[in-house]
Order: sequence, then structure tokens, then C-alpha cells
Amino acid sequence: MGKFALTKNRIVSLAILVVILVFLALLPTITKGYLVTLVADMMRYAVLTVAWVVFCAPTGYLSLATAAFYGLGFYVAAVFNGPLPFAVVIIIAGVVAFIVALLIGLLTLRLRGVYFTIFTFAVVLLVNNVVLEVERLVTGTRGRFVETETAQTAFYAMLVVLIATLLTAVLIRRSRYGLALQSIGEYEEAAAHSGINVVMTKVLVFATTSVFMGMAGAIIATRRTYIDPGIAFNMTTSFLPVLMAMFGGMGNLVGPVIGAAVFTYIGETLLTRFPDLYMLIFGVVLILAILFMPAGILGLGQQLWRKVKGGRRAPA
Amino acid sequence: MVVLRDIVITGLLLGGILALVSVGFSLQYGVARVLNVSHGEFIMLGAFITFWLFTSVDLNPLVSLVVTAPLIFVIGWFLHATLFRRLMNTAPALGVFEGWSMLASFGLLYVVQNLARIIWGSQTHQVIFLNRAVTGAQIPLNRLVALGVCVVVGVVFYLFLTRTRLGKAIRASAQDPTVAGMMGVNINSVLAICFGLGLAMAGIAGSLISTVYAIQTSMGLQYTVIAMIVVILGGLGSITGAMIGGVVLGIVSQLVTHFQPTMTFIAYYVIIIILLLARPKGIMGK
Repeated sequence: MGKFALTKNRIVSLAILVVILVFLALLPTITKGYLVTLVADMMRYAVLTVAWVVFCAPTGYLSLATAAFYGLGFYVAAVFNGPLPFAVVIIIAGVVAFIVALLIGLLTLRLRGVYFTIFTFAVVLLVNNVVLEVERLVTGTRGRFVETETAQTAFYAMLVVLIATLLTAVLIRRSRYGLALQSIGEYEEAAAHSGINVVMTKVLVFATTSVFMGMAGAIIATRRTYIDPGIAFNMTTSFLPVLMAMFGGMGNLVGPVIGAAVFTYIGETLLTRFPDLYMLIFGVVLILAILFMPAGILGLGQQLWRKVKGGRRAPA
Repeated sequence: MVVLRDIVITGLLLGGILALVSVGFSLQYGVARVLNVSHGEFIMLGAFITFWLFTSVDLNPLVSLVVTAPLIFVIGWFLHATLFRRLMNTAPALGVFEGWSMLASFGLLYVVQNLARIIWGSQTHQVIFLNRAVTGAQIPLNRLVALGVCVVVGVVFYLFLTRTRLGKAIRASAQDPTVAGMMGVNINSVLAICFGLGLAMAGIAGSLISTVYAIQTSMGLQYTVIAMIVVILGGLGSITGAMIGGVVLGIVSQLVTHFQPTMTFIAYYVIIIILLLARPKGIMGK
């Protein structure tokens, strides 16, 4: 069982993880203010980013459908929260996201590369329009009100979903599905020939990761009072996880979480300091970030570390 | 029958504009490998420059094409020469570059849209130009003129691609940039020109749209999505495919709008799904 042996490194990282989790669990009891909302927000993007990375990083399929599942979570919360307990609502959101992702996955099976990206990009607008149409025919309104939860409840719910996302991510990466995804990314035909059910693997993992996107949406929706399709299915939600994953680095699961935290913080700071110019500055930051540190924060760190360490050695 | 005829005619008129938008989008991806999410923002820019010239110095929208197209071409050339070229040089693989350039163009979308919002506000405008019906069918003259411009631009561009040295270089770069480079094509310059041309087409389309439809600074994304749909329909990188796809989508959109306007976008999707199941790489795809 060498795979699960407790080496010194493993013990250290496990200890760090436990410390972080305990700190997060205690946070709402220490402060009750803005920090709780901010950290909950960071966790939301961490959920979206990690869920995105699990499917998209190994396979190289760049999905922009995140906002579709996330927005569906919003609507599930708007319809069911109140009549049903919050926990049940979150689970329903996950199930709805799973089913829709399964459908999208089945339709996009035959698409490769950039066709897949474009299709998922437009799927968000499709779901947006379908919801708008259903609302027009059924309720005759544009938006809905959501039964709210306290910041603390939302925080703990998000923490649980984040832990579930990370656990699922680790399990998928370690299972044969993880290996299968990687070989699909390397060479899809070869993967199919070596006995991997390519279609099943792709659709199943895509749908599984979408569950957490839906759940995150349902939780965040309860922190708003009013939603409409424009709010729920915002394209930005699809692009941010890609950005955060790229900045954190996609090789492991720590990177995406760090990327999510850093970018959420930058976004929040800009939003509070320059509410009018927020989007403009964010666009500039985005371009500069891709231009000057495409390898991500961890990549930049590694580069610096190599420079510091490699000073005494001749370059290999 | 009269209704059907009018639907087909207005569909064709709209299709011309959509084709122009999509050819530009297709050119940017097909040659420069940039999936330009901000394409629609330059349509908006073209529309607003036209609107601004029209209201401030009373310039004829058709004449303002002479201003918008070169201006937006230069912006596009500059963007590629600075931003995308650097990304292309640092990216380890083509797939990585496509991801990065798409994200960069998403940042661009924010920048252009918000700059425009700061300058022109977020209310709706329209350029009132040639707004009278032609005898016979109820076709506004401005739409007919818009279609005419689209056809002219399309034909000129086609001749440019097939008959000139630069056009040949562009086609060679689309097929294989490395080999084209070895044969003496200045790849960097060709790619920047292609990106600029793609944006210039968006700008021209924007000018024409401003004479036909109401314009807002937030109108860009909807056209980007339409361009994407048309390009999936026609096959990515195929100029002919983009033209056919544009016309098909124009007619479909008018047909659906006639019965239920809110269903237009859903109808686009139904077509895409049917087409993808039948021909996964588009009408003209290989």
C-alpha cells in the first residue's frame, strides 16, 4: 500500500489542511462582519474552479458552461427554498445540474476542441433563454424573489460543499477515471483503443463536476433577495474559473483554490474601491495577468525559487 | 405566400450582415487562431462611431465606413502585434495559446464595452438613415443598402484572398504557418493583418447595423454568439461556410421572429443541435 503511505511530506500537508479547515470552521464565531461574506465568496469560486479543473485540465476540453449549472442552482433555490429545508434545496440543485450536464454532455460527445468550447459558451445563453421563456409562459414575470439564509448558514453550507468538491476531485483523480481522463487528453483515439469507454467517462465526469457548480449557485442565491436570468446566467461566471485555474496552476488542487482566493480578493477590492470602473479595471487586470504571468502564481513562484536556488549551479 | 416571400427577403437582408460578422470571426480563428470573444464589441464600436459621426458632423453612415473600417483595422492590427503576438511567442503549444488568447479577448470585451459605456452611456440610440420602403414588397431601403455593402465587401474580400499576393500568403498561413514562414511569408505581419481585417469587418457590420437596428453599448455579446453559431453551422475557418451559415441563420431568425420573437435564440440552438448530429464539423467542414 505504498500509495497511501504516510511520508513526512504527506503528514505536513495533511496537518496544514486540518489547520485551515479548523480555522474556516471557527471563522464565523470569531468575526461576524464582512470577512465571513468575503471568505464565503472565495469558497464559492474555489468550488467552481476545482470542479472545472477536474474535468477540463486533464482532458483539455475547455468548458464555458459553468454559468449554466451555477444559474440553474439560483433558480432551484428561488423555487424550492422556503417550502423545503435548505439542505434539500442544495441537493436538488446538484441533481438538476447533473441531469442538465448529462444532456449537454450527450449532445457535445461528437465535438472536439474549439467546437466544444463554442457550444458550451452558447449553452449558457440557451439555458438563459429557455428559463426566460418558461418564466414568461408560466409565471408571466421576469425575475423571482429568493428566501434568504443568514451569512453564517451560507458560509457553512459553502464550506461543506467545498470539502465535498475537494474530496470528489481527489477521488476522481486517483481512480481509474482520473487516468482515463488523462489518456483522453493525451490521445483520444488511443484511449478508446486501449479499452476506455471514452464517451461514458467524459459525460459522467462532466456531469459529476457540474453537481457542485449547481450547489454553489443554490447557496449564493440565498444571499440575494432578487434574481433574474441576467443575474443567474452571467457569462463572467463561466470565464472566471478558467482564469482562476490558469493563475493557480492546474497541476494540482491547491493551485486552483489559491487562484480563486486571490482573484476573488482582487475583484472584491476593485468593486468596493471603484464601483464605476470595476469592470474596466478588471478587464485590464485580466489582460495584464495573462500577458505577464501566463504560467500562473505557482509557476511564477517556482520560477523565482529556481532562480534563487539555481544561482550556484550552471543551467542544465 | 406574400408573407413567406417577405420573410425570405428580410431574412436574406439580415443574413448578409450576419455573414459579414461571421466571416470576420472565422478569419480571426481560422488564420490567427484567436477565438475572439470580444468580436461583438467591435461591432458595437463600429456602430457607435457611425452614430457619433452622424449626430455630431451629420456624416452619411455609408461615408463613415471610410473612417470606421480603417480605424478598427488599425486597432485590430495593433492588438495582435502587441498582445496576441506576445502570447503566441510565450505559449508552449497551440492549444495553450488558444486558451490564453480567448481569455485575453474576454478581458478585451470588458475593456472595450466599459470604455464605450463611459463615453456613450447605456441608453439606446439609432441612426435614422434611408428609412423608407421600396415599392412592391415592404422592404426598407436602408436594409437593401446594407445588403449591397455586405455583398461588395464579400466580393472584394474574396478577390483579395484569391487574386493578390497577400491573399495567397494568408491562405498559406491558414494551412500551415510554419511552412508558410519557411517559404518567406512574414507570419507575424500576416496574422496581424488577418486579425485587423476580421475586426474591420466587424466594424463595417456595426456601421450597417446602426442604420437598421437600435444600438446599445451592451449589444456586442449577442452578435458574438450569433457569429459563433454561424461559424459552427458553416465550419470553423471556412469563409464560404460562414457566408452560407449567415444567410441560413438570417432566414431562420426572420421565420421564427414572425411567429414568436422570444423563441429566436432557442430556434438557433435547435438548428445547431440537428446539424451537429448530422455533420459534426459544419456544412463546409472537412
